[in-house]
This record gives sequence, C-alpha cells and structure tokens, in this order.
Amino acid sequence: MADPADKPPRGGDNRPALALHVPEPKSRPGDPVDFSDLDIGEAGSQPRPDEGAHPSEMTGLAYDLIRVLGDDDRAHGPWDPKLDPETLRTMLRHMAMTRAFDERMFRGQRQGKTSFYMKCTGEEATSIATSMALASDDMVFPSYRQQGILIARGYPLIEMINQIYSNKGDKLKGRQLPIMYSSREHSFFSISGNLATQTPQAVGWAMASAIKGDSRIAATWVGEGSTAEGDFHSACTFATVYNAPVILNVINNQWAISSFSGFAGAERTTFAARALGYGLAGLRVDGNDPLACYASQLWAANRARANKGPTLIEYFTYRAEGHSTSDDPSGYRSAQEREDWPLGDPVKRLRDHLIAIGEWDEDRQAAMDKECAEQVKEVTKEAEKNGILGHGLHQPFRTMFEDVFEELPWHLKEQAEQATRERIKKFGEKGPNR
Amino acid sequence: MSAEAKQDVAAETTERRINMIEAINEALDIMLERDPDVIVMGEDVGYFGGVFRCTAGLQEKHGRTRVFDTPISECGIIGVAVGMGAYGLRPVPEIQFADYIYPGLDQLISEAARLRYRSAAEFIAPMTVRSPFGGGIFGGQTHSQSPESLFTHVSGLKTVIPSTPYDAKGLLIAAIEDNDPVIFFEPKRIYNGPFSGFYDRPVEPWKKHPQSVVPEGYYRIPLGKARLVAEGEELTILAYGTMVHVAEAVAKEKGVDADILDLRTLVPLDIEAVEKSVEKTGKCLIVHEATRTSGFGAELSALVTERCFYHLEAPVTRVTGFDTPYPHSLEWAYFPGPVRIGEAIDKILKD
Repeated sequence: MADPADKPPRGGDNRPALALHVPEPKSRPGDPVDFSDLDIGEAGSQPRPDEGAHPSEMTGLAYDLIRVLGDDDRAHGPWDPKLDPETLRTMLRHMAMTRAFDERMFRGQRQGKTSFYMKCTGEEATSIATSMALASDDMVFPSYRQQGILIARGYPLIEMINQIYSNKGDKLKGRQLPIMYSSREHSFFSISGNLATQTPQAVGWAMASAIKGDSRIAATWVGEGSTAEGDFHSACTFATVYNAPVILNVINNQWAISSFSGFAGAERTTFAARALGYGLAGLRVDGNDPLACYASQLWAANRARANKGPTLIEYFTYRAEGHSTSDDPSGYRSAQEREDWPLGDPVKRLRDHLIAIGEWDEDRQAAMDKECAEQVKEVTKEAEKNGILGHGLHQPFRTMFEDVFEELPWHLKEQAEQATRERIKKFGEKGPNR
Repeated sequence: MSAEAKQDVAAETTERRINMIEAINEALDIMLERDPDVIVMGEDVGYFGGVFRCTAGLQEKHGRTRVFDTPISECGIIGVAVGMGAYGLRPVPEIQFADYIYPGLDQLISEAARLRYRSAAEFIAPMTVRSPFGGGIFGGQTHSQSPESLFTHVSGLKTVIPSTPYDAKGLLIAAIEDNDPVIFFEPKRIYNGPFSGFYDRPVEPWKKHPQSVVPEGYYRIPLGKARLVAEGEELTILAYGTMVHVAEAVAKEKGVDADILDLRTLVPLDIEAVEKSVEKTGKCLIVHEATRTSGFGAELSALVTERCFYHLEAPVTRVTGFDTPYPHSLEWAYFPGPVRIGEAIDKILKD
C-alpha cells in the first residue's frame, strides 16, 4: 500500500519524494516587478519567411517576438507592412475610439446602466490592426475582448450600446450578456460565453468556404488561458488536417481573470509553439506593436488565401485593466505590472510613430481623443433613449420564446401563453412591453 | 398523402425491402444529390463507409469534399459542423457510437442548440448529428447507452429516433432539411432487422418484415408526428426505437388489445397522438431502453398524468433499463425485455 501523502517515504525506501509544481506569478500585490527576463528582441531583426513556406522552416518564429516599431518609434525590418499615413491614422482613430468607448461603457456599468462590461485597454492593436489586415467579408469568430473589430469594421456604435444595455434597440433581443455582440452583416460571429468554442467553429466555417470554392477566409481570437480548453486543440487538429483557410489568434494578455498565463502552460513554452506539434505555421508577435500585428495577420491571411495553410499567431500583450467590471486586479497582481510592461501601450506607440514620421502631432491627437469621447457620449445618449438594462424599456417579453426553434412547437406555445397570462395578471391588459 | 398511406402504396407497388442501414444510406445519398450544401463527415465514414456501413459508397459517388473522414474528436466534429452550418452548409456529422458523444456535448448543448436564439436568428446551425445508440449487440458499457433524455432536456435541439427502415429514410431526409439542429439516434440493434426482445429466438430479417418496404427516391416524414403501430382499446404503449418492436411482440404474444404508438421524435413530441390514445384506453405503459431515473419516460409519465389524469384508470407505468451502466455479460438481464414488459402489462391491466 502507498504511504499517506503527508508522511515521508517508509524507512529503508530510498526513492525520492515527488513534488507537485503549482505555478506562481513572479509578483503579487505590493511586490516590485521585474520583466528583465523577457526576451523582447530588437525590432526588425526577425526574418519574414515566404507566405507559402513550410512550417518547419519557421520554427524559430514561434519562440521569437516579431516586432516592427523600435524604441526610436520608426518601422524596421522585413515585417514592416509599409502602410501609408492615411491608413495609419485610420488605425489610430479606431484605437482611440475603442478606448473612448470602453471608458464610457465602463462608467455606464458603474452607474448601473448595465450589468457588465469588459475593456480591452492595452490590447487594442490585437483586434484593430489585425482585422484591418483582413478583407471586410472574411468571417471573424471573436472572443469577448475584440470590440475593436466591430469598430474597425464600421459597425454602428449605437448597435453596440443597445446590445450592452439590452434595451429595446438591441438586435439580439436582450438575450446575450453585454458585449456578446453578433453581426452577420459585418461577418462577425455571435460571441459565446463558453470559452474557445468559437475555435473549431471558425475552422468549420473555413472548411465550408474551401468546400464551396469561396475566397473568404476565417479568423478566430482566443485568450491564452482558453488554449487549455479541448476545443482549441480540436480546432488545431482540424485546421491542420484539412489545411483550412483559417487564422487562429491567441491573445496572450498574461492573465485569465486572476490566473496568470503559467496555468495555461506559459512557464514551459510559448503559445505560438503550440503550432509546432500540429504542423501549423506559428508566429509570436509583439501584441502592442500595431504594425507587427497588422503585418503578421496579413501574412497569415495571404497564406490562407493561397491555400498554403492555417496559421497560429500568439500576440504577446498585457491586459492593462481588470478582466471585467466584476474583477479587481489589485487583489491578485502588482499594480506596477501595468506601469512597467516593457512593450508599452499600443495607442501611444502608434501615435509616436506617426509623430516620428511627421504625419501627426500632439494637438491633433488631443483633438481626436476629445472628438471620440464626444461622439461616444452623443451616441450613448441616443442609445439611452431605447432604455437601459432593467428600466422597463427592454425587449417585449413575448420575444423570449422566439428563435428557440425556427417554428414554435406546442410546448413553447403553451409556455408563451402562460407567460402572457402571468403578464396580464401582473400588469393588466395594457401592461408594458407586450 | 400520409406517411402510412405512402407506405401502403409502396407495399403494393414496389415491394422493395431493405434494412435500416441501407435506408439511411439512401437518405444520405439522395440528400447529397439534391442539395450541394449537404456534407457527410465523421470517423471512418469516407472510403470505408462507416463501421456500420451506413455511408458505404457515398464518398466514391459524391467526392471527398462532400463525404470525408474526421479526426477522432467529437468536440471537433460537432464544433466544425456548427461553423459549417453558420456558413450555410447542412452538415450531417456521424458520431460513431452515442456513448462517445460526450466530448462534443458543449458544442451541441451550448452552441448548436442556442446559436439561433443567442444571435436572434442571424446565425443558425442546421445540422443533423447521426449516431447509433442502444444495446443488445454485446457492446458493453461503452457501446450500448441510450443518452436521448440528455438531449431532450436542452432547449433548441430536436431528437429523432426511427424504428423502421421506412421511417429512418423519411425522417433522416426531414432532419437534414430542417433548419434546427437535430440529434438522430439510430437504434443499432435493429439496423439489420426488427428485434422482438426474445434474444434466444431467431431474429426476423427486415426483408420478411412488413415495415421494411421502402420506396425508392425522395420522401419525407415530418418531425413531430408519431406513428400508430397497432390499434387497440385496452392499453396505450408509448415506445421508440428498438422498444417499439419489443412492445409489439409482447403485446401480440400476450394477446393484449393495445394501442402502440411509436413516438418517432421525442422533441418535438406528438402530444396530440399521445393524448388521443391515452384518453381512449385509460391506461398507459411507457417503454424505453435507457436507464430509468430522469429518463424520457419520466417526462412522458408527467405529461400523461398532467394532461390525461381524469381519463386514467391505472397508474402510468414505466418499463426501462436499470439504473446501472450497461453490463457486457449480463446485457440481456439489463435489457427491458418481454418478461419485464409482460409483468408491467399484467399489473396495469389488473388495476
């Protein structure tokens, strides 16, 4: 019989006692922060293989960190996408708008206008720059922190706010948690609260596109924590087996609520290196460098479009804010982390780059930030006319029974009739939201 | 023309008799032919034609991008089917045994079943997950389960279970054409012929069985309509899949004048047919092979009690598998066979 776990090995037994490793981040609240062990490399020093290259020819890029913007705020090396200033300013504007939007919605939640919100502060490049590298009709299967894609694709802000407020303007009929948008028109797949489920779905969509001889590709976003889900591994297997035209984006923002990336396996290898075991092309990218984000996504999109195969990209970034409005990061991580993050802030880096190349200045930035904040404020006011969560202007209650099936079966009809009776009993024949 | 009438016409005209595997194969073949968006995929379904041969010849005929093998990943199979459905295809994934469906449950329950609802019908998952289920083939505890009640508990899924080749073909065609996700459980004990539950007697092949007449070509049986297998006055028996045949054989052997209703689809359920029959007979016996506790029989029993209480002359009774895993060597002791059903019939008729 084995020894009890809390007792040393039996006498005379010289086998070493086994020990379990439980990962622990390098700093906790109040601790000093040391990021000196991060090998962030020199901007521009990473090779850019041909888009049709075999994954075995680029294994190094799964451990390296693709960077374009250097400390001098200039673009360097073969990954420089050489974007024109107008495109760069558009990218910056989307980022500023996303930040302004996050700011106002966060406040809205604190004011009790909705139940929940999630900011993407510090991660804007991983959704805005990347989606700008895709065609507007490529299908995206996002996770919950890619509001930047909708903003970059021109989805009306008011629709986003209506959804967040679950008000009568909400096209999703108040059924989804705030920020779980869906827009078929903008090729933006409905967001699930169950993590990583969108990854095999994106692969399936890409397979379908290939089966039909379409030219559209799919891309999906998942957090580094969710790469531990079985769905992610199924997605990698199917993607590689069928050479699906899909891009699997992993946003390594270091934290999955309060669990640091070590609990998804980051202590042992990179997330981009997950690609190697599957025979996928794997890239590891500075997620706070908008130009590197754009370039890597474009590389993967061109590869997929040319039937050269799927790509797994890890965007190495930092979640500057809490996980959501329900989270307080000061309870589990050092506040210094955000301050000391060695890859900086993506908005600031792009701004500084535009300034460095003489295409922008501080005043224009200040004016743009102000304009974005005002626009969001205006739209928010407009959306509030449709109601805020719980203030009676929400969706008609009869919609509760719609869309469970294409047609209402008898049991749901009976339940809908019951709901009507209850409603009349409570509010009378002319009650609200019929 | 009603399904029954069609069947009669077929019996008189073509007399073509095939087994359920062939009927399923035909349904898939027809739908692959009719609709370029139909895709058949699953473990071993391509070149080999499936471990039960349900997809035999389909890849050769329709090509490797329409009918193909998949990795052994139920989560992946169902997950990619959701994405394909969102694209606009009609995937028909096969899960080799219903016992293996659990790794794909989240994709079915949280994703496929709720996609229409959560996206306010912007995206749908029109997929038909086919899977052989049930015991009686010495498949042990991992090749014999009947997990249908798990799926009937989920809003947004339809659950279909045929009991004859004719129904298997017509229901599968209807399921593939349906815009909602459907779980299509195939009772593997009767893939090759009806089974009376008398496991020690020779099995009657489909070609000698009246239900095996299957018309060639396209026809569909609407989901949500039960089939009246036998008409009687004394007792209503509600069953589906293999148990339809067992109930029929036992009623015949005992000389019971029973209304036997093959439910065909559990969700949506043909409640009208159930009510009509129970109101006529006043007695209701529910038979299924799945374990008893929280099985679909519990739902049926509650419905019958709620809706037909004043017509009832005896307690609504369930005959089911036992609440144990399916035991390999003792499977016939587990199986709700003629003795268990006969005992229940005796008791219910005495009341």
